Amino acid sequence: MNRRSRLHVPRVPARPGEAPDFSYVDLSPAGAVARPDVNARARDISFLAVELVRVLDDNGEALGPWHPHLDVHELQLGLRHMLLTRVFDDRMQRTQRQGRISFYMRSLGEEAVSVAQAMALRPGDMLFPSYRNQGVNIVRGRPLVDLMCQLLSNTRDMCKGRQLPVMYHWVAGNIFSISGNLATQFPQAVGWAMAAAIKGEDHIAASWIGEGSSAEADFHHALLFASVYQAPVILNVVNNQWAISTFQGFAGGEQRSFAARGPGYGIAGIRVDGNDFLAVYAVTQWAAERARTGAGPTLIELVTYRASAHSTSDDPARYRPKDDFDRWPLGDPIARLKQHLIRLGEWSEQRHLALSAELEELVAANWKEAVTYGMLNEGPRLNPDLMFDDVFKELPPHLQRQREQMRAEIAKKD
Amino acid sequence: MSEQINTIQALNWALDDAMAADTNVVLFGEELADGEGGGVMKVTAGLSTKYGARVRSTPISEMGFTGAAVGAAVAGLRPVIEIMLMNFVAVCMDQITNHAAKLRFMSGGQTHVPMVIRTMTGSGFQTAGQHSDFLEAWFCHTPGIKVVMPSNPADAYGLLRASIDDEDPVLFIEHFPSYWNPGEAPKRGVSIPLGKARRVQAGSDVTLIGYSRSMLDIPVVAKKLEAAGVSCEIIDLRTVSPLDMETILTSVKKTGRAVVVHEAVRSFGVGAEISARIHESLFRELKAPVERVASQDCPVPFAKQLETAFLYSHADIEAAVRRTLA
Ligand SMILES: Cc1ncc(C[n+]2csc(CCOP(=O)(O)OP(=O)(O)O)c2C)c(N)n1
Repeated sequence: MNRRSRLHVPRVPARPGEAPDFSYVDLSPAGAVARPDVNARARDISFLAVELVRVLDDNGEALGPWHPHLDVHELQLGLRHMLLTRVFDDRMQRTQRQGRISFYMRSLGEEAVSVAQAMALRPGDMLFPSYRNQGVNIVRGRPLVDLMCQLLSNTRDMCKGRQLPVMYHWVAGNIFSISGNLATQFPQAVGWAMAAAIKGEDHIAASWIGEGSSAEADFHHALLFASVYQAPVILNVVNNQWAISTFQGFAGGEQRSFAARGPGYGIAGIRVDGNDFLAVYAVTQWAAERARTGAGPTLIELVTYRASAHSTSDDPARYRPKDDFDRWPLGDPIARLKQHLIRLGEWSEQRHLALSAELEELVAANWKEAVTYGMLNEGPRLNPDLMFDDVFKELPPHLQRQREQMRAEIAKKD
Repeated sequence: MSEQINTIQALNWALDDAMAADTNVVLFGEELADGEGGGVMKVTAGLSTKYGARVRSTPISEMGFTGAAVGAAVAGLRPVIEIMLMNFVAVCMDQITNHAAKLRFMSGGQTHVPMVIRTMTGSGFQTAGQHSDFLEAWFCHTPGIKVVMPSNPADAYGLLRASIDDEDPVLFIEHFPSYWNPGEAPKRGVSIPLGKARRVQAGSDVTLIGYSRSMLDIPVVAKKLEAAGVSCEIIDLRTVSPLDMETILTSVKKTGRAVVVHEAVRSFGVGAEISARIHESLFRELKAPVERVASQDCPVPFAKQLETAFLYSHADIEAAVRRTLA
C-alpha cells in the first residue's frame, strides 16, 4: 500500500479537435423531480440541489409537478422575448464586427434564464443582473434604442459615457447597474432584500452570477448574509460551463453542484434545466413565493451552455470543441419552447419565420434611431463637461476649477 | 462651565437623533446590538433596544455588510455601517471604492448611495500596523466619496449628523484614543456642514492646519509658541475631502506661512496635497515653503518605544514652525 497526498487538477472533458463529452452533466428525466411545498425547510429538501428539475421532455411535452401551466399567450410572449434577445444580440455582434460599436457580449443559448426568470417575477422586484442578462431588459420593456445608445456611448447613453458597453442601468425598470468587477451584485442584492424586509415591503430581490464568478468571496458573503437574515432574495448561479476559457470544474463544479452551496449555508438550493423555459419559470416562481412569504432565500443553479464566445474579444476555438453546443444535452431554449408550442397547436414554422422577420425589422429600426444620437466617431458628441457631473451630488470647488480649466483648454484648441 | 461629554457619547447621540429623525437610518456592523454589547466601544449602546431590527449585529464579514449596505442604500435606506478598525477596510475596499463611490457617476446619475462608513483608528495603544493606520489618503484619492474626520465631541456629533443626511457616501474616521476626552457638548439637532473647515484660532505669523488627532497637538504647541511671541492661526479641516481650500488659502495669504500636521504617514499624504495646492495658488506670496509634519513612512510599529518614535512629536511641530520663520 502506497497512499500519498496528491494534487488534483480538474478535468476538462474535451479540448479542440476532440469529441464533445457531456457525460459529466447529471440529468434527471423530465417530470421526475418532486416539487416540495414552498414553505419546506431548506434542510428537508436538499435533494433539489442534486437532481435536475425539468418539465419539457425531448419531444416538447410538458411533464410532472413543476409544470407551471402557463397561459398560451404567456408562452408565446416568452418565445418572443427570447427570440428578440437573440436577434438583438446577433445584430449587435455584427455591428461590433463592422467596427460600429467597440465591444459586445451575447447570451446565445442562455436566453431562457433571463427571460423566464424576469417573467416569473413582479415589476417591483429589484434585479441585480450580470452582463449576460440582457433578456431582463427586454422582458421589462426597455426600448432597444436605449440599450443601443449605451453601446454607442452617445448623447442618449443612460450612463452618460461613463461605463463599458453592455453595463446597462435602468433605475425606472428596477434593474441595477451591472458591475465591471464580478460578483459584487450578490451581497448588494441581499442588502436590498434586507432593506425591503426592514421596510415591510413585499418586493424581493434577484441576482445573477456566472458559475466562474461564484468563486469570488462576494458570493459566499452573500449566501451567508442571506442565510443569517433569511433575506427575501433569489440568488442565481448561471452555470453555462465556461468562464471565458476556464471550465466550470475550476470553480468547484466537479465535486458538487453549484446549487449544493445553498444547503451548505442553510439555504434552499435547486438545480434546474436552464434551457427549459417552463422549468426555469416554475422554479423561479417557487423561489419567489418562498421569499415573499418569509420562507427565506433560494439559490438556483441554472444549468445551461454559453453557446457564443465569452465576448467579442474571445475565440472559444482555442479551448473547446467547435461542435460542443450541437451536442449539448439540454438543447436550445428557443427551439425547445417553439417545439412545445407547435405541439400544443399554438405555433408553426411560418409564424416563427414571420416573428423573426418582424423582430429583425424592429431591431433595425431601433438602430436607425440610435445612431441619430451619435455614433462612435461621427454625429452628435458627448460634452466632456459630463465627466465632472455626478462625481458628487454637488460639484465641489476643486472640480469646478478643473472643469473651468478644461473648458479654457478646449476653447483654445477650437 | 458648559456641559461636557466625550466622543463616544456624542456619536451615540448623533446616531440616536438621526434614527429618531429618519426611520430609514439603519446600522449594520459587528457587535452593534445590545445583545452583543452595543459595539466594541459602546458607541451604539442602547440603540437596538430603542430601534429594534434597525440595528443589526452582523457576521464578521466586512465585505458582506458593506455590500449589503450599498444595496440597502440603493433601496432607499440610509445605512450607517461600522468597520471596527480602519485597517479592516482593506477587505471591503472594492465595495467602497468601486461601488459606493462610483455608482452615481457610472449609472449616469440614475442611482446614488447615501451611506456612512464609520470607522476608527489611531496609534498609541500598541495595536500595531494592522490595527492603527490612518488610511484617509486612500479614499481622498477616490472621487465620489467624502472623508470626514472630527477632532472633538461636538464636531463628532454635528459632522456625523451631516454625513448621515448627505446624499453621497461618506467615510467617517474617528480617532479612538481620544474617544474618552471630554469636550463641550454639542447642540442636539444641529449639523455641521461638510466641506467646510473651521478656523479654531486667529493668528498672524503662521497657519497650522490639522484634523483629527493633530488637533489635540497643534493647540498645545501653538500656546507654547505664542508665549515665545509667535502668533499662530489654527485650522481644523473637519472634512478632509473635498478640501476647503478657501479657508486655507485665505489664512495662508494673510500669514504667508503654513504647516500641515497629520498622524498618517508623510509620503503621498493629505499634507502633500495641501502643500501642493498652497504652492500652486500662493507661490509668490509665501514667505517660506509649506512644511509637513507627519508620521514616519513605516507601518505603525508595536513596541512602545518604536510606536512613540513613529508618531511626530510636539517638538517636530515646533521645529517645523520655526523653519518657516527662519
Ligand atoms: C473581480 C474580477 N475578476 C476578473 C474579471 C475578468 N472577467 C470578466 S468576465 C470573466 C469570466 C466570468 O465567467 P462566469 O462567471 O462563469 O460568467 P459567464 O461569462 O460565463 O457568464 C472574468 C474572469 C472581472 N471582470 N472582475
